[in-house]
Amino acid sequence: MNDITAVAPRQNRFSWRALSPWLISAAVLLILPFVLDSGTAFTLMNVIAVNIVFALSYNMLLGQGGMLSFGHAVFFGLGSYAAMHAMNAIDEASYAGEGFWAHIPVVSMPLVGMIAGGLVALVIGWPFCRRAGTAFAMITLGLGEMVAAAGQMFPSVFGGEAGIYGNRMVGPQWFGLELAQAADVYWFMAFWTFLAVFAMWAFTRTPLGRMSNAVRDNADRLQFIGYPPRNIRFMIFIASGSFGGLAGGMAAVNYEIITPESLGLIPSGLALLMAAVGGLGVFYGPIVGAIVVSLMNSMLSDYTEASILYVGLVFLAIVMFAPRGLGGGIEHVRVAAREGTLGKRLPGWLTGAVAVVLISLGLVLLIELLFQWRHGDDEFAQFFGLNFVAESVMSWVWALILFGAGVAVMRVTKKFREDNA
Amino acid sequence: MLEIVIFSTLNGILYGLLLFMLSSGLTLIFSMMGVLNFAHASFYMLGAYFAYTMGMEIGFWPALLLAPILVGGLGAMVEKFGLRRVHDNGHVAELLFTFGLAYVIDELVQLIWGTVAVSYREPDYMREPLFTLFGTDYSIFRGVVILIAVFMFIALWFLLKKTRVGMMIRAALTHGNMVGHLGHNVPRLFMGVFGFGCALAGLAGVIGGPLLATEPGMAVTLGPIVFVVVVVGGMGSLIGAFYASLLIGLIQTFFVAIDASIADILNAFGMNVDPYGEVTGITLASLAPMTPFILLVLILIFRPRGLMGELEP
Repeated sequence: MNDITAVAPRQNRFSWRALSPWLISAAVLLILPFVLDSGTAFTLMNVIAVNIVFALSYNMLLGQGGMLSFGHAVFFGLGSYAAMHAMNAIDEASYAGEGFWAHIPVVSMPLVGMIAGGLVALVIGWPFCRRAGTAFAMITLGLGEMVAAAGQMFPSVFGGEAGIYGNRMVGPQWFGLELAQAADVYWFMAFWTFLAVFAMWAFTRTPLGRMSNAVRDNADRLQFIGYPPRNIRFMIFIASGSFGGLAGGMAAVNYEIITPESLGLIPSGLALLMAAVGGLGVFYGPIVGAIVVSLMNSMLSDYTEASILYVGLVFLAIVMFAPRGLGGGIEHVRVAAREGTLGKRLPGWLTGAVAVVLISLGLVLLIELLFQWRHGDDEFAQFFGLNFVAESVMSWVWALILFGAGVAVMRVTKKFREDNA
Repeated sequence: MLEIVIFSTLNGILYGLLLFMLSSGLTLIFSMMGVLNFAHASFYMLGAYFAYTMGMEIGFWPALLLAPILVGGLGAMVEKFGLRRVHDNGHVAELLFTFGLAYVIDELVQLIWGTVAVSYREPDYMREPLFTLFGTDYSIFRGVVILIAVFMFIALWFLLKKTRVGMMIRAALTHGNMVGHLGHNVPRLFMGVFGFGCALAGLAGVIGGPLLATEPGMAVTLGPIVFVVVVVGGMGSLIGAFYASLLIGLIQTFFVAIDASIADILNAFGMNVDPYGEVTGITLASLAPMTPFILLVLILIFRPRGLMGELEP
């Protein structure tokens, strides 16, 4: 994370070039529901939307502020709980026909989550932000475990093991959004995701956003020039917690149920996973990561029992071989294209890609064979029209050949790639 | 009452010793390489599963010896081919690597041994009572575990303080570069220490498996507590880790054993609170899983260097 995000000079002029990513993504968000017009697609897109905001809010801490947190789900979960309680309040108030909550639409629930997440960060954050690094990682780990354990202890607030649930089709409707089907919820998700992503991007352009990069890169120097690092970290912590809570509010509307499990280490780890896979050093990295990891989580589980293992392996491979993540890779290609060196570099990258594909094929085959051997399942027996069964030695040999071929290609082309880098 | 105190103390010490077996390896690795090994508890789990599989073939005692060696070898491989590679990218990358490794090991264990607990138990003759106090048995196995743990500490102490390798390790803890300049192979030393720490975790798994439960969730339940031990004891301090292990072991065991709620305690001091209220009705036993983390947050706020640590993390 020593690489600093490329900072463009401040432009006050209106420019189409700066605006184009936003226009394109808005257009994609508008067109997507007409292209992928099925219930499962909408459900998946809604999950991805929640994860995008969650991963980006996490990256405000880790990628931009240099604070490795293992307790980010606390804000997500508590924001979600707040939104859920608010939804239930709307339900009751609109049933009675009076009261403050009777006038609040469910569409605004992410705001409730955001306020809750920000308040929680404001209340608990100060003692945490004294140090970054390992101390911060450990204290957030402790916080997450503590809040998750507390979630089981106060059933009237957290609903115990079963959690609490609500109904999103209550209260006043805005823009005729009934929020009945996943397709309705999509518009709600698209709106809030776009807004939240824009707000978080705008945050990186504020003086505080720039200071957060400074506190990541050199906290001592920041202290010398008169900015206490702890204050900066505290403010980033609050901002990140708010957006985490916003993602939680979106999740409350999407799932209509929230359990204490969503406060614990597993969802916190998911945020870390998505941000790191996508790349911590690029603003849109966590967006890419959230899309890839969500797709992997939901689609791979249709084909294999070991889907979480594959997600873990991808994460491990990225940490080891591509520390800048998928987003860093995209930036690489973009820079090469802009400099006109893409043609020269492409062959080298392609040899690398061939090696990676071979190695992953070998690994996948190995894992699936292992699974077959232990559980006697005959899924995945067909692989390129060949029959692979765990009983025959040839299957294992094939897996090792693929893996070995990949490593060999990697070794042989190493020099070629370095020369063309 | 006396019965509860005696048995809770014994069990607390037992649990604390188990924690120290894990945290001693973690502390050694941390003070040498500056990396908190997130996957440490996963190696503990591997130790239990290896011993379970081997124990079916070769019996408990050979497995007790072989499983930690195997886990240690695996740990050394991880250091050589994985951790060393990400070392250049800084501590966060190393932490991320071990985090991902924990993820992968947990999933692999589920893939190979299934998602439910396996019936890994101590041999039958060790389930006999060692002594009986107030009508409660204390099994031979628990006594053996305490013996193994104590033996391990003596061996660890001897290794670190009395041997040449131990001297090199102690030197490399503080003056890594200097040890390198003097012609010692520091990367190999790192690999050895990492493997050794993992082997200690594996040993803890071999004896912790029958004591607690051998299931795929065992790493996730114990892992964070081991971190708490290391931080509370003071990062990089073996003695601190020892005290913190016993402290947390005893606190947790006593909290589980005391069957009283917050209201009972407050009422005993003359306050009059509702014994069935949502907050006051919480029993100390249900607070037990939270105690290490409360301790962690308090320590990090009020004494960030831990009980015996010299440096702030």
